[in-house]
Amino acid sequence: MPHPYIPNSAPEVRREMLDAIGVDSVEDLYRPIPSELRFQGRLPLEEGIPEEGRLRRHVEGILRRNTPATDVLSFLGAGCYQHEVPAVCDEINRRGEFVTSYAGDVYGDHGRLQALWEFQDVMAELIEMDVVTTPNYDWSTAAAMCLRSSVMLTGRKRVLVPAALLLDRRLVFQDYLAHDVQVDEIPFDEATGLLDLAALQAAIGDDVAAVYVEYPNALGVIEHQAGEAVEIAHEHGAMAVVGADPSGLGVLASPGSLGADFAVGDLQPLGMHMSYGGGLSGYIGCRNDAEVIGSLPVFIFAKTATLEPGQHGFGYLNFDRTHYVKRGEGSQNGGTTTALWAITAAAYLGLHGPEGMRELGEGLLQRTRYAADRIGALPGVTAPRFTGASLKEFVVTYDAHDVASVDAALRERGIFGGKDLSVDFPSLGRSSLWAVTEVHTKDDIDRLVATLGEVLA
Amino acid sequence: MSPQFQQARWSEPLLSEIGTPGERGYVPTAPEAEIAAHAPDPLAAIPPAFRRATAPALPQVAQPQLLRHFYRLSQETLGNDVAVDFGLGTCTMKYSPKVNEHLVRMPEVQDLHPAQHEDTVQGILEVLWRLEQMLCAISGLDRFTLQPPSGSAAVYTNASIIRAYHASRGEGEQRDEIVSSVFSHPCDQSGPWSAGFKVVELYPGPNGYPELDALKAALSNRTAGIVITNPEDTGIYNPHIAEFTRLVHEAGGLCVYDQANANGILGIARAREAGFDLCHFNMHKTFSSPHNGMGPAMGASGVKEELARFLPAPVVERRGDRFELDWNRPESIGKIRSFVGNAQIAVRSYAWILALGPDGIREVAETAVLNANYLATRLREVPGMSQPFPTSNTPIEQFRWSLEALREETGVGSADVSRNLADYGYQPVFGSHHPFIVPEPLTPEASESFSKEDIDGWADAMIDIAKRAQTDADDVLEGPYRNACRRIDAAALDDPERWVPSSRAERTKGAVRGD
Repeated sequence: MPHPYIPNSAPEVRREMLDAIGVDSVEDLYRPIPSELRFQGRLPLEEGIPEEGRLRRHVEGILRRNTPATDVLSFLGAGCYQHEVPAVCDEINRRGEFVTSYAGDVYGDHGRLQALWEFQDVMAELIEMDVVTTPNYDWSTAAAMCLRSSVMLTGRKRVLVPAALLLDRRLVFQDYLAHDVQVDEIPFDEATGLLDLAALQAAIGDDVAAVYVEYPNALGVIEHQAGEAVEIAHEHGAMAVVGADPSGLGVLASPGSLGADFAVGDLQPLGMHMSYGGGLSGYIGCRNDAEVIGSLPVFIFAKTATLEPGQHGFGYLNFDRTHYVKRGEGSQNGGTTTALWAITAAAYLGLHGPEGMRELGEGLLQRTRYAADRIGALPGVTAPRFTGASLKEFVVTYDAHDVASVDAALRERGIFGGKDLSVDFPSLGRSSLWAVTEVHTKDDIDRLVATLGEVLA
Repeated sequence: MSPQFQQARWSEPLLSEIGTPGERGYVPTAPEAEIAAHAPDPLAAIPPAFRRATAPALPQVAQPQLLRHFYRLSQETLGNDVAVDFGLGTCTMKYSPKVNEHLVRMPEVQDLHPAQHEDTVQGILEVLWRLEQMLCAISGLDRFTLQPPSGSAAVYTNASIIRAYHASRGEGEQRDEIVSSVFSHPCDQSGPWSAGFKVVELYPGPNGYPELDALKAALSNRTAGIVITNPEDTGIYNPHIAEFTRLVHEAGGLCVYDQANANGILGIARAREAGFDLCHFNMHKTFSSPHNGMGPAMGASGVKEELARFLPAPVVERRGDRFELDWNRPESIGKIRSFVGNAQIAVRSYAWILALGPDGIREVAETAVLNANYLATRLREVPGMSQPFPTSNTPIEQFRWSLEALREETGVGSADVSRNLADYGYQPVFGSHHPFIVPEPLTPEASESFSKEDIDGWADAMIDIAKRAQTDADDVLEGPYRNACRRIDAAALDDPERWVPSSRAERTKGAVRGD
């Protein structure tokens, strides 16, 4: 039976093609592969399911064992967030023309290139930097790439990063940097959760390639000293890599305004579903400097003229700097990253505009304040644990209850509590990181507080 | 030129140019009055210097105009759903089944948070585990990680594992060289370089693949391993590959098989039988997940059992009927990206392999090889076309041929021919990765998704363009004409004084406007 995904299965068509090639069978075409390297027999795979209906029932049956966060009340964040996803964003990123395109050229994919350039264009306005690249995989890998660029640009082999860092981010840095770069952590203030600037001053020297700061940090605290950290870096000839959650940038100072050399963060809040982490996308911004751009392997598109007056054309900006050309001689790894999410983020920013981004940011600040204060009013709970201001996350510490048992009890009541920090930050004791966004209503927060009160009683 | 085809040409203004100040396309849900009253000044806790001084200069446009804009841009994009995209050789463009797009948009996939308790994500963990088992069967290796979010990230992952392996044996300092070949993918060199290695590149011998003597000369006690593609970009299968892996092992190195393009050998030849210790597959190429315009994607890295301890954390383990994430991996290289990777890609590839089964998978490979060779046969009819390594004349997958003779005869080279394919409704054909060893190169790849008619149509277009070059070269040099945009001023892409990465850069720098 011909498989619905494979044409050319009719015997007469195959015969015609084989005759044209001049061989008897497909087997003849495999002659270049020596017989001792040929796999003998059938692959040990389950039998195929060519019927779409049966396949769908089978896969859906497995997937239905999942509980989507949207079916319960979830307060998980820590690098991936349940935000509103405008229907238009879903509509645009399901267009088959975009979804099934790839590395197409200027002349076949004009629309895709324009959309990606427009992402760069609107994102540059949000972060107030002149250059935005096609995004990397996620915030962590975007930060790691810019730290590696700083090492390449300065020739120095030490970077300073906050101790208030997500475990995932720490482990990405470990793999990507630590084999030849010394990664030193700068502690946070126990009361505010902010970077200990005196410790940064003490740690920095002329051997430091870059200082990395981010807001909010892994404790949910808005690192409002980011500008000071940038200055300290620059005083010592180091570069400044500044991470910023774009959902706060309608109201908070932008990385560009703080003097960052590189800006990074995750686009996921801007119109991407969480998809078990598959919605992440790490934006990168930098100065319009050929040397700085040259240290990055990710694609950048440029707008140019065409033979037709007034028409916009788009192409790859300085393709020769990429790993496709440099290969093993001084280029970081580039390649396929997260272009579809960049197009989606462009649509999201276009939909929201300056007013929508301001309202989003203000609403996050207000809800977080409300939720943290309400939870903090429960007996046996400290919330927010740190006095530094929160954008959409804050740390909750229990006096006596361990996080895992509270989480289990909440789960039974249809609530996913905050992320347990006992592995990421054992020094914080019985702590967890809670995220509140515009998907949460007052009733949601009040229900959480009432339920948490019952569980802790 | 085909008189029928005309791509949409909307001449869309830029996103920043549409709409009118005061318009908007979305209203995020506002907090209720009680919440607002609790924090009447939302920014009270933010030091004034850290508040945004100037509102971002974002578009101000209503929803209908914004949606229309992006729909029009999509119509100016030749995705594989609307066009025969096998010009993109080495990319394995194939049909991405629509049912899988429906599956990944289930709330049970797209609305999962990656830190949810294991009890609430048993379904997605089971899919990750099952896909891993399938890839083990297809490669013959023992364990896979699905965390790398691209093929080049998978190569990088494998290079990191090599680094960790030699470090664990006290040879980390000494073994600092990776051998690769110039017809292997560029990431086979940049990946190891990013992981801290020096890269030694082998050049092809007369048959198109590196000679054994060249490999022997490259090996030493500094050799950490080899990272190689086979068939290489040329479509030529190196028949001495088992000898290659044996020699590298003798020198104390590990062997990595770049299987980004494994389409022609699924069920035919595996990494294990060829002696490889590690390999990777691109789920967005061979295993049908759509390429998403350049990601999100997935590169699955596979290893033999003795290297499994170095895999990035976490890995999925099955204990009875339960699936768990194992984070307890003290020798792990760390992480390649956050969480477990692009899980939605795993759902698509799992469903694709399951739809085909062992016989269907083999039919994929056989049809891809049949298509490649039929395409090659048809392309022999193109005036000025030649095959650079004539002794290897049955390509296994994509293949790299040359239009040098056409260029010499007419002045029209492969890039010009490629561009003109857009006038026939085709994606321009990929030339070559660098360096351009084959002059005037082009590299098509006809996967199993394309019919004989698809191939004939494409070959006829190539023939037509080459004939036009012979009769009116200027007409071809100025093309294309019937696609979304005319020939661009490419010099402005490479000149820092002229390049325009954003309107903001244009304003700041006062660069010469591209238009």
